[in-house]
Amino acid sequence: MNGAQKRLDKLFTFNIPILIMLMFTVFPLYWTINTAFKHEGDILKRPLQYVPASPTIENFVSAWTNVGFATYFKNSLIVGICTVVIVIILSILSGYALARYRFKGKRAFLLMLLCTQFIPRSMLIIPLFIVFKHLGLISHPLSLILTYAAVEIPFTTVLMNGFISNVPRELEEAAMIDGCNRMQALRYVIFPLLVPGIVATSVFTFIYTWNEFLLALMLTNQQGRFTLPVGLSYMMGEFNINYGALAAGSVIALIPAVILFSYAQKHLVNGLGGAVKG
Amino acid sequence: MRLQEKLDLNVISPEQSKPRKKFKTEKWIPYLFILPSTLMVVAFLFYPIGTVFYYSLQNYNLAAPFYDSFAGFDNFIKIFTEDKFFFPSLLTTLKWVVSQVGLQLIFGMIAAILLNKTFKFRGLVRAAAFIPWAISGVLASVMWSLMYNEHMGVINDMLMRLGIIHENQAWLANNSTAFISVVIAELWRGIPFFAITLLASLQSIPEELYEAARVDGAGRWKSFIFVTIPQLKNTIILTTLLRVIWEFNNVDLIFNLTGGGPAGSTTTLTMYIAKQAIHGSNFGYGSALTVISFGILLTFAIVYLKITRFEREEG
Repeated sequence: MNGAQKRLDKLFTFNIPILIMLMFTVFPLYWTINTAFKHEGDILKRPLQYVPASPTIENFVSAWTNVGFATYFKNSLIVGICTVVIVIILSILSGYALARYRFKGKRAFLLMLLCTQFIPRSMLIIPLFIVFKHLGLISHPLSLILTYAAVEIPFTTVLMNGFISNVPRELEEAAMIDGCNRMQALRYVIFPLLVPGIVATSVFTFIYTWNEFLLALMLTNQQGRFTLPVGLSYMMGEFNINYGALAAGSVIALIPAVILFSYAQKHLVNGLGGAVKG
Repeated sequence: MRLQEKLDLNVISPEQSKPRKKFKTEKWIPYLFILPSTLMVVAFLFYPIGTVFYYSLQNYNLAAPFYDSFAGFDNFIKIFTEDKFFFPSLLTTLKWVVSQVGLQLIFGMIAAILLNKTFKFRGLVRAAAFIPWAISGVLASVMWSLMYNEHMGVINDMLMRLGIIHENQAWLANNSTAFISVVIAELWRGIPFFAITLLASLQSIPEELYEAARVDGAGRWKSFIFVTIPQLKNTIILTTLLRVIWEFNNVDLIFNLTGGGPAGSTTTLTMYIAKQAIHGSNFGYGSALTVISFGILLTFAIVYLKITRFEREEG
């Protein structure tokens, strides 16, 4: 192949496909942002404005104050943060047990974790509703926090097991010889070395809670308790949809997930590579 | 090492460093550490799943508890003989899962191969290509409903400008286009998952294998068939299996874009269960449907792993 042929080849096997791919992924995001910044009258106006003619933030103001996104945002944040804290603490403990101890029932525990990955999530909606109904926790943030934590713990435990196994055992032994007990060694020696792994795990757990819909829909029935996905869905189902506020609300819901994701996506490819290989 | 020093100085003997009594208490520690996680998983995953089987044999109505009674297999008999939504929903589920997983795998593979090359701004392009993975089903529904909208949708606008259609289409309300429209929207969100996992495994294929193939005279296509595919086999089998389960259960887009309509054309079995759970009054009937869907998935997983001869890599 000469130079011109090579360039042509690259154009068709690389440049054009990657451009199409990027257009396909980015355009829906762009269109939502575009809609969010249009005046209500402009959204329906023909010809469609591919760039807002006179950008406005009125949709954001109305989504945040009138439609209830401030409440949904707060609810999602509470559920997300509490779930992350529980998941991280419990999965460090169980990951530590897996990484550092041989014990009877270890295989059974691992098998149990594996089984959970094959549980269809939709199977949970009816029985969990009944469980939380009996506990009197329907529409209480705890119902979502406990459910999400239980769903996430198996995967994060396996991740933590991997991260902890990477910390040399000698470091811990040295600390214990220097007078630390096991908990102190865990707290002062292992924990600081785990920070990058903990951050990545927290991000993925948080994104899951931020995005989960079906269980949240089933377990909350008061508008004041809606998380963002339930609130958005509720708004989509209304008879007179305020498209500007809907788009603005979506952008608000989008921002934390996208920021966290961009930060952690490198870990994602590398971490998954490790998880699949190991 | 401090340990060595202490041993040398005879301050402690090896036996002393691990007193017997301490060893005994240590035995409980791993169980103590896995206890909270185990409790959570048992209480909020395994116990509820167990109760589904129990409820499926009951008439169980939270709104009208006086009708609650043991139903035996009545719920199941009713599903298979009287329920006119059940079998159509199975067919829709099959169409949904096969089209989603098949197309996600193909496009995810293409994306992974493209993103594995070295080029300018690769990090940025990768991040952009993966973003839909982090976006919720409900958000994706909002985005695509804005684009599919009959009156203000950009898809109608573009296709009209290109002269492909001549009047506005109601993509999500039309019997012939609703299903494919939801499929495309879900693909948008699903392709990145395959791209991410496949890219992760592509990176672990040693470059020497490709060089050896090149020496043997293999072109681009042949080295894909004979090097890439076999190396990715286990990843592909595992991701497609997990994805089948996931798409089988995933109703976020269907729920919010079409609500299962028009005329039930987008109602998968899970969507049917969700509707039963949210609007229906008999949880026993919904539980029976759930048990059937679990049976279908379990059978599928076992058969799939058998016929693909999935081997778990050791170490």
